[in-house]
Amino acid sequence: MNKILFKEQLSKDVYLMRIAAPMIAEERAAGQFIILQVDEDYGERIPLTIADADINEGSITIIYQVVGKSTLALSKMNVGDEIPALVGPLGTATHIEKFGTVVCVGGGIGVAPLHPIAQALKNAGNKVITIIGARNKDLIILEEEMKSIADEFIVCTDDGSYGRKCLVTEPLKELCERDEKPNMVIAIGPPLMMKFCSETTRPFGVFTQVSLNTIMVDGTGMCGGCRVNVGNKVKFVCVDGPEFDGHKVDFDNMINRLNSYKEIERDVHNCYLDALVDEKESKI
Amino acid sequence: MSHKTIEQFSEEAKILIADYVTRVDDLKAKERTKIPAQEMPAQDPSIRVMNLDEVALGYTMEQARIEAMRCLQCVKKNCVDDCPVKIDIPRFIDHVAHSDFEGAAGVIKEASLLPAICGRVCPQEVQCQQSCTVGKALKDVDKAVAIGRLERFVADWERMTGKISIPEIKPETGKKVAVVGSGPAGLVVAADCRRQGHQVTIFEAFHKLGGVLRYGIPEFRLPNDIIDREIETLSAMGVEIKTNFVVGKTRKLMDLINKDGYDAVFLGTGAGLPVFMNIEGENLVGVFSANEYLTRANLMRAFEKGKADTPIYPSKKIAVLGGGNVAMDAARMAKRLGAEKVYVVYRRTEVEMPARKEEVLHAKEEGIEFLFLQNAKRILGDEKGKVNGIECLRYELGEPDSSGRRRPVELANSEFILDVDTVIVAIGNSSNPLISQSNPEIKVNKWGNIIVDENQKTSMEKIFAGGDIVLGAATVILAMGEGRRAADSINKLLSGKSDTDNIIQN
Repeated sequence: MNKILFKEQLSKDVYLMRIAAPMIAEERAAGQFIILQVDEDYGERIPLTIADADINEGSITIIYQVVGKSTLALSKMNVGDEIPALVGPLGTATHIEKFGTVVCVGGGIGVAPLHPIAQALKNAGNKVITIIGARNKDLIILEEEMKSIADEFIVCTDDGSYGRKCLVTEPLKELCERDEKPNMVIAIGPPLMMKFCSETTRPFGVFTQVSLNTIMVDGTGMCGGCRVNVGNKVKFVCVDGPEFDGHKVDFDNMINRLNSYKEIERDVHNCYLDALVDEKESKI
Repeated sequence: MSHKTIEQFSEEAKILIADYVTRVDDLKAKERTKIPAQEMPAQDPSIRVMNLDEVALGYTMEQARIEAMRCLQCVKKNCVDDCPVKIDIPRFIDHVAHSDFEGAAGVIKEASLLPAICGRVCPQEVQCQQSCTVGKALKDVDKAVAIGRLERFVADWERMTGKISIPEIKPETGKKVAVVGSGPAGLVVAADCRRQGHQVTIFEAFHKLGGVLRYGIPEFRLPNDIIDREIETLSAMGVEIKTNFVVGKTRKLMDLINKDGYDAVFLGTGAGLPVFMNIEGENLVGVFSANEYLTRANLMRAFEKGKADTPIYPSKKIAVLGGGNVAMDAARMAKRLGAEKVYVVYRRTEVEMPARKEEVLHAKEEGIEFLFLQNAKRILGDEKGKVNGIECLRYELGEPDSSGRRRPVELANSEFILDVDTVIVAIGNSSNPLISQSNPEIKVNKWGNIIVDENQKTSMEKIFAGGDIVLGAATVILAMGEGRRAADSINKLLSGKSDTDNIIQN
C-alpha cells in the first residue's frame, strides 16, 4: 500500500519521507495535502502538504516537523514500513498563472509546501523572488531547492546564525517598496508569520495568499473543524482552501482555535515520551 | 422511576406467555389488544452514562413472542405501506409469534438487507408503527406493535445463532459497478448489484467503513460490531472494498468510467458541511459541529482516553443546539465523556422534536436537561476566545409554517444567559461539496444536493446518486430506500434493458 521508500532527517525535528502513493502522485497539484494516520484504530488524522511527487516512482514527498505524539511516531517509522492509512490529494490546488513578479515567503517548515508552488509559478513564466526564514540556521530547510528556482533569493534567521538577522517581513517590506512592486506574494509558515506578512503587504495593496493549516478531522468537507473567518464569511480550509487571501483571514481567531487542544496534546505527548524513555531504559 | 432489569422483564414475560402460548392462532383481536405492550429492556441509566455499551438491550425471546402476538394480522397492511422498503411486516411478525425466527428473518431479508441496523435506528413511530391498527385502537401510537424492536430481535437472533446466510449471487456478468461511499445507501447498492452478478467496488474516503453509521451514530445506539458484520457479509459476497479513497480527488469521477471500466457509478457521499446558526461567537474555541464532536468520539474513538490520539474538548457544561437524533447522540455522548451538565436547547417543544421518541426518553433518563422554546442568540467568550456562555431567547409557538409545525416566535426582551463552556451545533448539514466541486457538469439544486430523476439517475450518463447527498440530511432507512431504487436502475441498465418503465417505485 503506502510504503515508505525514503527517509531523511532535514534538521533537528524535521523529516522528509517519500511514500508510495501512485494515484495521489498522478492526481495531485501544487497546494494540495494528504491526511495520514500512524495507527488505523487509534491514530489521529494528520494533514500534511504534499511537498513533491514523482509519477514515475509513484511516490509523494512529505516534510513534517515533530510537534506531538503522532508526528513523533511517524518519525520513528522507517523505510519499508507501511503507513496504515493515507488519503488524498485533498484541498483545492493553487491557482497558477503568469502574474509577473511573485514573492514566495517561507517560514520554517512552511518552506516544504511552498516549494512545489514556487516551482509551478516559475514554470508558468513568473519572476520568482524567494525569502526563506527560520529561528536559526539548523531549522533552514530546502535551501538549495528553493535557490535553484529563484530569480532572487533571500535567507534570514531570527538569531542571525545564517543569512540576514531579521524576520521575513523585513525583506518583504523592502520588496514592496521597490518601484516595481511585486504582483503577488505567497506566504506559508507559522500562523503568526503569515499574519504579519499579510499586515506588511496590506498598505502596499499587494495581493497576499496564505496557506492555512488548521485543525481538521475528516478533511473532506464533513466535520467543519477547520472553519476560519475569511472576509467575515465562514470558510472551510479542507474544501475551500487551504489557500486564502491573507488580507481577509481572521488570524487571531484562527490562532485561538489552533490552540484548542494544546494542553491535552501536551499531556499526551509527554506521556508518550515517558513511555518511550521507559521502553529504552527497559532495553538497557 | 425505578429501573427494571432485563431479568425482571424476562420473568414477567415468562409468566405472561404461559397464558397465550397454547392458543397463538385462536386469540381474538380484542384479546390481542389487551396483551400488555412489551417495554424495551435497557441498561440502568446511572451505569450506562459511564460506558459506551448499547443502551437498549433487546427483547427476550418471550417478550418478542408476546409482542408479536399483539399483531392483528390486518388484511389491509397499513404498516407495510408506511415502510420505506416495504417489509412484509405482519408476515414476519407471525413467524415470531410462532417461534420461527429463521422464517421471520427470511421474510425481512426479502426487502431489507440491514435489519439489525434499521431495527435500531429507524424512526418507526412516524413510519410503520404510526399507522398500526393496534396503536389506533388503543389511541396511543406508543402502544402500537413494536415493529422495530421485533425486527431488531429477529436480526440479533440470526446474528447470535450464526445463522446469517450469504445471499445467492447470480453468475458473473462481467459488468462493473462503483459505489462511492459506504454509508447505508452505498451498502444497499453494493449488495443489490452484487447479487445480480456484477462486480462491485466500494470506495470509502475514511479509513473505516459504514459512513454515518460509523462516524455519526454512537456505539451505545448502534454497536460497531453490527456494522462490521454487515460489511463482512458484503466481503464474503465478493464485493471489493477500497478505503482511504476519495472519488473526485484520488481519482476523477469520469476516470472510473472512461479509464477504469466501470459501467455505472453510484454516488452515496452523504451529508456534507455542517450548518451553523450564523450567530455571533460561533468560531469561538469550544464551539463544535455535531459532526465533528461525534466523529472525534465515534470514528476516532476519543472516548477511549489514553488509547486514542484524537483529543476531545474537555467540557463541564455543554449546550447542544437542535432537536434531532444527531442532537440526542451528541448530548448523550457528551454525558458519557464526562460533562456534568448537558442541555439540549430547542426552539420548539418536545412534540415537534424530530428525534426518535426512544432516544429522547433515554436522554432524559440519563439526566440530559431539555430547554424547550429557547434558542441561542449569540455565543459568549472569555478574553482567550473560549466559550463561557450563551445568550438565549425564549420563544412561544405561533401559526404553523410550511413544514406544518407551529412556528416558534421569539419573545421580546426574554434574553438570559446560560452558563456553558461548550456548544455543539446540531441543526443539520448542507451537501458534501467534493463531487460537485470536481464535476461542475453534474446538476445540483440550490443547496448543492445532487438532482436525480425517479430512477435515482443524475444528469450524467451512467451516474446515479442517493441518500443524504440527494435528500439533504434524512434517515438511514430513506437512504436505504434510495439505494435500493438506484440499484434497480443500475441492474436494469446493465442487463441491457434500457426501458425504465418497469422499475418498482418504492
